[in-house]
Amino acid sequence: MGNMKLPRLTIIAVLLYALIQLLSLVGVLNGYFLIIINQSLIFVILTVSLNLINGITGQFSLGHMGFAAVGAYVSGTITTLILKLSPDKLGNYPIFVIAIILGGVFAAVVGLVIGFPSLRLKGDYLAIMTLGFGEIIRIILNNIDYVGGPRGLLGIPKFSNFTIIYVFTFLTVVLLRNLIQSSHGRAMLAVRENEVAAELVGVDTTRYKVLGFVIGAFFSGIGGGLLAHLLQIAHPTQYGFYASALLLVYVYAGGMGSITGSIIAAFALTFLTQFLQLGLDSLTNITGISFGSEWKMVIYAVILILIMLYRTEGLMGMKEAKIVMLEEEKK
Amino acid sequence: MSALLSIKGMSHYFGGLKAVSNFNFDIPEGVIYGLIGPNGSGKTTTFNLITGIYTPTEGKILFEDREVTGLRSYKIVQQGIARTFQNLRIFGDLSVLDNIRIARHFNFKAGLFGSFFRTPGTLKEEKKMREEAMELLAMMHLQNRAHEVAKNLPYGELRRVEIARALATGPKLILLDEPAAGMNPKEVADLMELIRRIRDEFKVTVFLIEHHMKVVMGICEYIKVLDFGETIAEGLPEKVGKDPKVLEAYLGKGGA
Amino acid sequence: MGSIFNLQQIVNGLQLGSIYALIALGYTMVYGIVRLINFAHGDFYMVGAYAAYGAFYLFNAFVGGGAPTAFIVLILAMAAGGAIATLANQIAYKPLRYKPKMSSLVTALGVSMFLEYFFSAFPLIGANPRGFPDLLPKVIYQVGPAAISNYFIIDVAVAAVLMGGLTILIQRSRLGRAMRAVSQDKDASKLMGINVENIITWTFLIGGMFAGAAGLLAGMTYPRIDPYMGILPGLKAFIAAVLGGIGNVPGAMLGAYIMGLAETFANAWNSLLGAGIAFIILIIVLLVRPTGILGEKLADKI
Repeated sequence: MGNMKLPRLTIIAVLLYALIQLLSLVGVLNGYFLIIINQSLIFVILTVSLNLINGITGQFSLGHMGFAAVGAYVSGTITTLILKLSPDKLGNYPIFVIAIILGGVFAAVVGLVIGFPSLRLKGDYLAIMTLGFGEIIRIILNNIDYVGGPRGLLGIPKFSNFTIIYVFTFLTVVLLRNLIQSSHGRAMLAVRENEVAAELVGVDTTRYKVLGFVIGAFFSGIGGGLLAHLLQIAHPTQYGFYASALLLVYVYAGGMGSITGSIIAAFALTFLTQFLQLGLDSLTNITGISFGSEWKMVIYAVILILIMLYRTEGLMGMKEAKIVMLEEEKK
Repeated sequence: MSALLSIKGMSHYFGGLKAVSNFNFDIPEGVIYGLIGPNGSGKTTTFNLITGIYTPTEGKILFEDREVTGLRSYKIVQQGIARTFQNLRIFGDLSVLDNIRIARHFNFKAGLFGSFFRTPGTLKEEKKMREEAMELLAMMHLQNRAHEVAKNLPYGELRRVEIARALATGPKLILLDEPAAGMNPKEVADLMELIRRIRDEFKVTVFLIEHHMKVVMGICEYIKVLDFGETIAEGLPEKVGKDPKVLEAYLGKGGA
Repeated sequence: MGSIFNLQQIVNGLQLGSIYALIALGYTMVYGIVRLINFAHGDFYMVGAYAAYGAFYLFNAFVGGGAPTAFIVLILAMAAGGAIATLANQIAYKPLRYKPKMSSLVTALGVSMFLEYFFSAFPLIGANPRGFPDLLPKVIYQVGPAAISNYFIIDVAVAAVLMGGLTILIQRSRLGRAMRAVSQDKDASKLMGINVENIITWTFLIGGMFAGAAGLLAGMTYPRIDPYMGILPGLKAFIAAVLGGIGNVPGAMLGAYIMGLAETFANAWNSLLGAGIAFIILIIVLLVRPTGILGEKLADKI
């Protein structure tokens, strides 16, 4: 390894970070924008982790937010109920990071438990099996009083700030990119492309299906933990079938199997939701008629159907932008 | 070691239907062995049984004197048996190079950690894998196609890619399922040349299913004939070609 | 407390099962014919309920209450369900018929979202739950320890009539034969001269009509309707269809009644169990016998 050139992706990521910090310092980006950016970044983590399962390995998981719930509740329980940490003390932040990672680990274990029986099934059956498990997780959490039951886990300290979320997102993207463009990643792609053929070239397809599932669950747990510590609440309804279905839409809009697509979709759709809300608010102000926030979801649904009808493969299809690709994998 | 592949008393039922009946077979190393028979006689099923897609209802399969009956397909492949498919099963949205590399994956020693963090050891393995794959493509005259998306290739080249992919697993025995299907005479001649190279250069024993009689009679050293799942003839091509039972199976009673 | 398996619970279970059956049939027929899990199906049920609500108030003003109004309301609920289903098929599902399955599923989710949020947002309807009017005066009969209302009889009777009608349609009519053919082998059906798209349209129409009827019955029986009322019942009816064997019509009926009874008993025992029983059933079915009670195994040709 002769010359140690800093990878392009890292440089761009650092520059982007600096730019955003600068803009917010100067006041161009206000707090509202930062909130949306933070949410977008977390959705990048959630979308990319689901893309690993659905887009890369070609399995069909409809309960992905269940893993995020595990991450949210586990990390939230640690910081809020057990250790009662405060974000004002700098020394608490490493503990928070460990709590987030533990949330991911628990989510991964749940992924393993669910993965083994589920991944024997294919297509629609796998989808509804994962849906069922996702709902069971939600119902169980709804009934554990220690973590708040139907009221949810409240008062979670606000440890998630822009820097932490940004770093986690960057690491998630880089690690998953490395995995996907490695031989192990190609084995997963083979499972997606033609499972029988993959078996017949020596790939242990069961192992890779479960692996994709577990790794996807881990990062989903991370995302859930970060989300809980941003919104300061973890509630069962945030992680039900509908949330998982919505996430599926994010993956699809960006392109199944494209990390770049997932990143763009996460940002675009999160920002779109906010802009729609703003548009509705001004419409209400102008006309005097009350346009409820449900209208933005109506428009969202219509846009979705339109994307499905007119650009079925999503924004990027299966392609990656050059920036995201590894040096030696480019033609 | 006696025979490379040895099958004893193999039968397979689908529900009440007997697809393969009392299949006995020894294939010595270094030969090109043909499997022929009318449509539906159980040829592809036999391949599926050998490669672990089905587990035979009865019987034993031994490869290099080790029992492989009932093993999962990927394990059988890792032992040294490769196959191609009647209807191509290419990884269509991946590049030709990726198709080959995936077939070398089970030899890949680096673990997940190395892949996540791109350790020097892993990068070395990846580089080696890439070189081996490009070498194989060059041997099959496909190196110019390495970075093309597989599904864009013409049919004839795709057949070669699938054979190359099977060879990339480093097998001792390769099962070719109707490799000449859909080929014109020039492609057939090239295919026969390729199969001989597989045996001579790659040192791989060949067991092939074919309907194309020119291929069968041209390169097979031995032939086994199936009809309704039963073996009706076996042996040297000239002898089998004249066997009345074989003619009857293909042409029906009362005519030859 | 006594056993939970008493007459009252059985009655309640059968009532619930009747409603699930009508929803489940639509799911199973559509899956049987186009292999699509139509996530929006529960929302067709919701549309039927609202159509019934609107129809009742409309007709009550002109015609007055009683059985004739109830009958008209039922017809209108079914028409609304059928109409919305047909529309969804034409606009959103048909164009994606021969594209990868995932896109149809995501589109179905989009249709579902659209219906729920549209009904929430629309000022005349709104997100707040509404009480459903008493279509017919409620009469309660005391049979032993159980209190059985005439609504129970209506629910089961309407479901039975519709299910019976469907069975006759499928077994005896040309349309039914065509539906069975298309669900077995689309290509062969085309070669036999069957207009496959037509049959698919009919399937959606009938399925939607049944969902609409279920919406009316549910509104009557559990008199509260809201735009999101279709989500959980839809999911549970779908699980019922899987339990019976997805794609299998008698299976959907069987699965639905088992589901209705199981849910009622489970709820009587423990509300946590009641909430989760549907999904537990789902997991068990998929682990033990994914093709369901009456379903058949489909083989893959390698």
